[in-house]
Amino acid sequence: MANVYLPRSLVALFQDPPPRHVIVESESLGQLVEKLDAQWPGIADRLLAPGPQIREHINVFIDGERERDLAAPLSDASVVHVIPAVAGG
Amino acid sequence: MDRRAQVLIGTRKGAFILESSIDRQAWDVRGPFCETWPIHHFVRASDDTLYAAGGNSWYGPTVFRSDDDGATWTQSSSGLTYGDTEPKITTIWNLTPSADAKTLYAGVEPAGLFRSVDRGETWTHVGGLRDHPSRPDWEPGAGGLCLHSIALDDTDPNHMWVGISSVGTFETNDGGETWQTRNKGVRADFFPGPEPEFGQCVHKLHVDPTNPARLFQQNHCGVYRSEDGGQSWTEITNELPSDFGFPLAIHPHDPSTIWVVPHNGPEAGRYMVDGHAAVWRSRDRGATWLQLDAGLPHVNAYVTVLREAMATDRLDPVGVYFGTSTGQVFASSNEGDEWRMVADFLPPVWSVEAAVVEG
Repeated sequence: MANVYLPRSLVALFQDPPPRHVIVESESLGQLVEKLDAQWPGIADRLLAPGPQIREHINVFIDGERERDLAAPLSDASVVHVIPAVAGG
Repeated sequence: MDRRAQVLIGTRKGAFILESSIDRQAWDVRGPFCETWPIHHFVRASDDTLYAAGGNSWYGPTVFRSDDDGATWTQSSSGLTYGDTEPKITTIWNLTPSADAKTLYAGVEPAGLFRSVDRGETWTHVGGLRDHPSRPDWEPGAGGLCLHSIALDDTDPNHMWVGISSVGTFETNDGGETWQTRNKGVRADFFPGPEPEFGQCVHKLHVDPTNPARLFQQNHCGVYRSEDGGQSWTEITNELPSDFGFPLAIHPHDPSTIWVVPHNGPEAGRYMVDGHAAVWRSRDRGATWLQLDAGLPHVNAYVTVLREAMATDRLDPVGVYFGTSTGQVFASSNEGDEWRMVADFLPPVWSVEAAVVEG
């Protein structure tokens, strides 16, 4: 039952948008993305580049630690933040 | 029935719609749309669907779609990939609907072509182009390795041309299974030695909507016309003040008439020649040219008009529109004879398309 926090710039891309805070039952980061995509089709294309891998300028933090490995495990107590990298211009 | 003129603007920070009554005298601006994503191309298909294509550095490439004239939007890039072991697609440069709006083509970076037959919900790679034997030697130009021009033969759905920067023009007659280079007669001054089979830097390619044997291109090294479907090209730069520029537009009813925007050269700033804004028009397929600058700034206009940033409408007289790197949009309602600035302070303009909206 990971607690997942999604950025405004991501949820705004969907006509029936996911909430900014969503609870997802998943055992790994990759499975979390799959489950989000099952409910909001297309969200995986926004988060993942070919590989598959987390897109270069998307930062994912699990319990405060930056994580890019889709096999990274999640527990019921995990808190996941998805945060676009800061950029200027 | 009410008719409105509409100009669709793709910018570095979102899409915008300029609208006017059919007299094209007073324009309003709507937007920004598409969550302020960089939009390389914003078009209206013949079924009145709006499509805006681009990509951003966080979330990748996508195609936005609106079925209600911009009020609401969806987006999808499903299938828009070369696969997990191939280079990632960074953005979409061109989105071209077929005349009946049932098929969409997307040109992407790194250069490749995709097709959708479900209004952009899903995309399929037209893999034959990247299977071309020249592909290992494709090198990016200053703007990247981008497929930016898609010229469809409205009489034959299996027949089309594409243009790729610093690679050149390709033609297919079998729906994209196989492709042939079409660069004969086009200079590539940046290469030593004889004219290469490919490597020419096409900047914008269009097919005559009334005659699919006739093509025009603005190239890095001149303006060209083909009368044989791209088998050979004749340079028509003639008295233009520069052989360098990005956009080219064809008159929708009189294809002897074309417009270009000469720029001062690839190593000289790539802006309007001498800072004097001007569009040049030919009424004879490029044999002679006339400078059109009434209403445009004549001094200190160090602006660029990018490859997708000029378009015509289908009214009579034809309206011509262009957008600048500094966020202005200029319009002419008399085929370029006179111009007015109809929008200012937009983000840098990347694409301009025009439409007439019924109802």
